[in-house]
Amino acid sequence: MSESMAPPVRAFAPVQWVRNNLFNTWYNILLTLVVGYLLVTSLWPLLNWAFFDANFAGESPSDCTSAGACWLFINQRMNFFMYGFYPDELQWRVDIMFALLAVAFVPQFIERFPGRRWFGIFGMTGLPIIGYFLIPGGWFGLEEVQSSKWGGLMLTLILAYIGILGSLPLGVVLALGRRSEMPIIRGFCVIFIEVWRAVPLITVLFMASVMLPLFLPEGMNFEKLMRALIGLTLWQSAYMAEVIRGGLQAIPRGQYEAGSALGLGYWRKMRLIILPQALTLVIPGIVNTFISLFMDTTLVLIIGLFDILGTVQSTVTDPAWQNVAIEGYVFVAFCFWVFCFGMSRYSQNLERKLDTGHKT
Amino acid sequence: MNQVKPNAAQPKPWNDPRVRALFFQAAAIVAVFYAGWTLFDNTLTNMESRGISTGFGFLDQSAGFGIIMSLIPYDATMSYGRTFFVGLLNTLLVSAMGIVTATILGFVIGVARLSSNWLIAKLSLVYIEVIRNIPILLQIFFWYFAVLGALPSPRQSMDMGGMIFLNNRGLSVPEPITQPGFGWVIAAIVFAIAAVVVIKRWAHKRQLATGQIFPTVKVSLVVLIALPVLAYLITGGPLEWSVPELKGFNFGGGYTVLPELAALWVALTLFTASYIAEIVRSGILSVSKGQTEAARALGLHSGMTLRLVVIPQAMRVIIPPLTSQYLNLFKNSSLATAIGYPDLVSVFMGTTLNQTGQAVEVVAMTMAVYLAVSLLISFFMNIYNRAVALKER
Repeated sequence: MSESMAPPVRAFAPVQWVRNNLFNTWYNILLTLVVGYLLVTSLWPLLNWAFFDANFAGESPSDCTSAGACWLFINQRMNFFMYGFYPDELQWRVDIMFALLAVAFVPQFIERFPGRRWFGIFGMTGLPIIGYFLIPGGWFGLEEVQSSKWGGLMLTLILAYIGILGSLPLGVVLALGRRSEMPIIRGFCVIFIEVWRAVPLITVLFMASVMLPLFLPEGMNFEKLMRALIGLTLWQSAYMAEVIRGGLQAIPRGQYEAGSALGLGYWRKMRLIILPQALTLVIPGIVNTFISLFMDTTLVLIIGLFDILGTVQSTVTDPAWQNVAIEGYVFVAFCFWVFCFGMSRYSQNLERKLDTGHKT
Repeated sequence: MNQVKPNAAQPKPWNDPRVRALFFQAAAIVAVFYAGWTLFDNTLTNMESRGISTGFGFLDQSAGFGIIMSLIPYDATMSYGRTFFVGLLNTLLVSAMGIVTATILGFVIGVARLSSNWLIAKLSLVYIEVIRNIPILLQIFFWYFAVLGALPSPRQSMDMGGMIFLNNRGLSVPEPITQPGFGWVIAAIVFAIAAVVVIKRWAHKRQLATGQIFPTVKVSLVVLIALPVLAYLITGGPLEWSVPELKGFNFGGGYTVLPELAALWVALTLFTASYIAEIVRSGILSVSKGQTEAARALGLHSGMTLRLVVIPQAMRVIIPPLTSQYLNLFKNSSLATAIGYPDLVSVFMGTTLNQTGQAVEVVAMTMAVYLAVSLLISFFMNIYNRAVALKER
């Protein structure tokens, strides 16, 4: 004999939710109260500083009268933070590149965007070619702008973009070399990868800026930006190689054997069968590597290039503006955060989509 | 068995994979050595034309510059070779400090991320997502220039109980000064640790033999605390504290943590902890729920379940990525050069290189150190990893 019971109530009840998630045991009650108190007491002054008491309008440091943040400082120096010393009347060239970059990559975040694949391919091929002619100038009657005048967010993006574009093919070659059956080729690749991965980027940049001129034949020299790019790309390619090797290892042996059974030679087997699968598998890893490369581009300020952090750093130490260091750093942090958080979300989405395994 | 005779269809030598492999490898050797020789030759020519001397003779020359912080006795009259060791020790110091604190903070936040308390879990999530996506160099600048730079001067320093002082010259804390007889206290600590190991072994053996459980943790704690305290009291308290005092414009006595070191330490800790927290979280999540349930079914209480079943399995997943985070922290400590903390890169690759101009030797030595330490850390972590790895029989 069984008694019939009323079904459990599953309606959303705020009180019930708070009880279950904030006050379910005695130590959770204590934790919630203490942390909540700390949060409220620290959040309020923070909001006051950042918004309610902040100064947004004005032109000079003397307009920062209230106790809050001096955001008008960011406003005033925005041009410098975006373009560095790039001449004002030529900045439309950089603006075009910014716009093209957005056109190429924003569709990648929208799943149903028609033909987004082609936008991506344009971003990897057409975009750098246009940039190569447009930004330095000196062609087609465009006025030349020395690379020493580039700076700000524009330089950060250039460094990250060329870094990834150069390190990806190099990383593929190194990863294939490390998986090669020829012991000597494998040995060279292992040494190359492990040495670059073991040393900090800052020593690589120092080496590129101090030693590269010594390595080259006399009379041949690169600009500082080029040297930093060479160092950055070589260093990054070692990390990229390890990510891609992970993809190569994840391809079952049957695929390699099937390729051989079809009579394909090594390169055709790799190009047509292995790499397409392996690279798709490691796109999230590549995006994560790119995020860390993007953040590491800030290190170029140590060898005297003005990336976005470099421009802000040189401004906050400028006596004309005083006590604006926190505002400056918050601004740069926000710029990086938006880019990196966006990309990491993108890679997490991809990971979920590509995860066709049977994890429980 | 009859041998397979080479028949007419044998491939041409240039189609034979083995011959090809030999050819490609020979070509690779030639190419690498030719490139290496060209670089070497160029470098020699360039250095000759610029009048840069070669060799490691400069290591014995007097350096002639001061270093603001040194763990070994150092002054400006000492050699360039000495500056190398001063920088190296400073690098190792900040790395070791950072690894300890980042591990603790990372584990706490990683566990908090899985807390049943909504507020705590979300707060940890926000911490991780914010800190991970901001460049470490920016964080170092923030702590050094924006936070520590805004501290008051020594005369107006923040006073914590008259013992600890915080100002823009650093954090001054009381420094313990050992008196003769302190050796006995250290001996007592060593003896207590040895005793705990013996007690643990004995208790384990007894439990296997009789099934009785010995209160190992409580007894160990008592031994660990009581023995050193006893030794300290018997030898008459052979420890004095040197308390920092304001003398003129700065603090004398005590130990002062430089602001450069503090900023670097805080930034490295916070940044690496956000990565470690994610590693710990995924490690704990990787242990399937069935393991916990099975342990409870065997009658283990929740503490034992965690200690004997969940953590050992989670560690297997946690250790490999944790190693690479330690290595990252070690490498990131070289960013010290941006704020002037005298680490290896700042002292040796910076000042020494600029003064001597011997780029090749200095860069090679610095890189060799990073290479050696990286290989060493991954070697020891691999040994540990093998010890905790899944043993398949």
